Amino acid sequence: MTDAPALLEANGVVKRFGALLANDVAEFAVHAGEVVALVGENGAGKSTLCKILYGYYRPDAGEFRVAGERLTITSPREARRHGIGMVFQNLSLIPALTVWENIALYVEDLPWLIGPAQLRRRMRRLADRLGLAVDPNLPVGRLAVGDRQKVEILKQLLAGAKLLILDEPTKVLAPQETEGLFRTIAELRDEGYGLIFVTHKLREVLACADRIAVMRQGRIVGTLRKSEADEATLLALMFGAASPVVAPPRSPPKAPGELALQLDRITTAPEIGAVALRDVSLTLRSGEILGVAGVSGNGQRELAEVVLGLRRQLRGGKRLWGEDAATWSVARVRESGIASIPDDALGLALIPGFTVRENLALGSGRRYRAGLDLDWRRVAADMESSRAQLHFPPLPLDAIAAVLSGGNQQRLVLTRELVHGPKLIVALYPTRGLDARSTQAVRTVFDEARAADAAVLLFSEDLDELFVVCDRLIVLREGRIAGTFSPESFNPETIGPWMVGAANAA
Amino acid sequence: MPHDSAIAGRWLPSLVVGRGVTRAFAIALIALAVFALLLLADGKDPLRAYRDTLVYVFGNTYGFSELLVRMTPLLMTSIAVALPSRLGLINVGGEGQLYMGAWLATAGALCFADLPAWQLLPLITALGFAGGGLWALVPGILRAAKIVNETISTLLLNYVAPLIVSFFIFGAWRSAESSAYPQSPAFVDAARLPSLDGTRIHLGLLFGLVCLALYGFALGRTRWGLEIRAIGGNAEASRRLGIPVQGYMIAVMVVAGGVAGMAGMAEVSAIQGRLVGELSPGYGYVGFLVSWLAGGNALSILLMAFLFAVVSSVGDILQITQGVPYAVVNVLMAVILFIVLGQRQIMRAG
Repeated sequence: MTDAPALLEANGVVKRFGALLANDVAEFAVHAGEVVALVGENGAGKSTLCKILYGYYRPDAGEFRVAGERLTITSPREARRHGIGMVFQNLSLIPALTVWENIALYVEDLPWLIGPAQLRRRMRRLADRLGLAVDPNLPVGRLAVGDRQKVEILKQLLAGAKLLILDEPTKVLAPQETEGLFRTIAELRDEGYGLIFVTHKLREVLACADRIAVMRQGRIVGTLRKSEADEATLLALMFGAASPVVAPPRSPPKAPGELALQLDRITTAPEIGAVALRDVSLTLRSGEILGVAGVSGNGQRELAEVVLGLRRQLRGGKRLWGEDAATWSVARVRESGIASIPDDALGLALIPGFTVRENLALGSGRRYRAGLDLDWRRVAADMESSRAQLHFPPLPLDAIAAVLSGGNQQRLVLTRELVHGPKLIVALYPTRGLDARSTQAVRTVFDEARAADAAVLLFSEDLDELFVVCDRLIVLREGRIAGTFSPESFNPETIGPWMVGAANAA
Repeated sequence: MPHDSAIAGRWLPSLVVGRGVTRAFAIALIALAVFALLLLADGKDPLRAYRDTLVYVFGNTYGFSELLVRMTPLLMTSIAVALPSRLGLINVGGEGQLYMGAWLATAGALCFADLPAWQLLPLITALGFAGGGLWALVPGILRAAKIVNETISTLLLNYVAPLIVSFFIFGAWRSAESSAYPQSPAFVDAARLPSLDGTRIHLGLLFGLVCLALYGFALGRTRWGLEIRAIGGNAEASRRLGIPVQGYMIAVMVVAGGVAGMAGMAEVSAIQGRLVGELSPGYGYVGFLVSWLAGGNALSILLMAFLFAVVSSVGDILQITQGVPYAVVNVLMAVILFIVLGQRQIMRAG
């Protein structure tokens, strides 16, 4: 494997964004039939390196060889010509077009009169071999995320990619889908493709990579063979000498407090392409963390939206602290002491073009009203104390939210949502996409909120996270509560079958 | 674009104004150069044409005062576009809202002709606002209820408003004094907005400037402005933060239409002195261009409105001195639009 020239070799890559040194990579190479994982904290420079390799960013310095031949890659189009394909975190497909149309758009060597039959044949041959089967005639908009990713990979392969860059491909996937992806990756490797796989989940790295390159502050600080790697070594490399990911002891469970949230047989209107809630009843008390498990797309989003007042139920009752809250507006719900932490901070909780300061001031109801304006000084003071309480580093108040790193955007939302000591926190996949350190910080937040007698409704796909954090678990499946679990039965073998619907048969 | 004005409104006003002035001048210069080539191709003398324009517009007080007269409705119709645009709504209906403001103001002027000026003028101003506001209320509600897109409904209503005006000046309000022209009777003196001595500059200019100042202040310095800009920046996040998005949509459309309606009121009350069919040479549409080129920034709107007042004067003067049709103004406006679009593309690529 080492004798043949590498599929792609990069030496001395430097990339700066203003004063920030985003990348300073001495050497990096991928060979045919090899899966190289790029790991590191949020902001370690993994995505930047990938985008440079794909010609999306132009580096300030660096030498590149593709199959031994020295060249410069100045655009994604050129990268594609040299057999380099990239699957972005946000997939770049056109929802209204069918699968094969999306692929036809991308593949360059087609005759000008496109014969769908021919393309579909080519597609099917490849798909069957690699476990990427998708109905070519379905519009992409109707596919699940996992299937869209398959289409994206197929698209790259049909366009002639020999080297595939997958930028955090598992971030959007459910556990079962992730396993499917790993199988595909293994098939591709065996067929002689080269793969770069970006992630910060160590378990995934150990499951599917041949070589692991660890990045920290823009540099590759170590490259390990799979046989040499284990979680401890990797963590030490990722975070430097002091590994920070030590979960603090959990605060002891408390006697159940007053009723915070009661849902009584909530049913929502069916929508195309989404699951409706059916007869969902639950109660949540102060000082309790209730986890909602399940494969995403089984009504989690709908349930959170009903609680937050963003979605009206068709039937059923909702009470908050004993009061009938069935018709409360979003503003009223928020004012009653509910904090919302969505999974997509920039899309659902922040105004991208606003400064951090302006974002912090939003959603506080009438609290900061002063004359025609807001009392900006009090906003800043309150937010500062909230930030300090959460042990976050200072936020740049005059920076635009859109340019912050993902972790800082999440911190911004947490700072704002937790500032007034919420009585109920609704969190939807709050640690998705965060690195180990940030994840631990968020979990600590929930634990502290519980200790302060707040109720937490935590939606997550990560069973390990739910087991660590929650006092009680429910599993949502197809819009219904499939089961309720207490800590004694917190193990994947018990709960897993309920998530996929196998338990009813057993 | 919305970003830099959003932050700049609060933190960096001087910087942006400086950049805006330079930009407006650069755009004007390039546009005039391109337009000169067109005039040359037509066998005209562009240097002479521009000199005539300069002499006419800036060489004497009357020419300059006419510039301000033209700028007055443009100020208001561009606010009518700029305000909803900050919310993410596209109001193309300034023209129709202007006509309806003029129509309702005329109704007031004709029905309450006996009132003294200090009562009648505030009344017709309010009616002008109400006429335009109600005309924009319909698209506002339809949009908030997600029934019809506001761009389409405001555009279509532009064709209806002049017909309503025509219906009245051909019918119920037709003046007896001249049978040749369909027009309403002349307003009583108490219903005429006062003008500056010897010119046609009228109180409407002050209204326009006050509206612009209020617009800039409200968006940059009030919590309503903050919430409006928040909705424009991310409507879904705003909804989730409990901001009443639909309420803002309706309210903003009404205020925007009302400001355009005041432009119509000022035209009938100060300039025409009666309701006529040919009330506006497309002020509503030019206002759209002004607002869009200014990127919603209050001071840029002032600059751009002035620039377009100059542009339309160019048309007048060329018609007189060079014998080219007034419609060449549209060519000049199109050239400006192209240059601005091209410049944005270049800036984005670079």
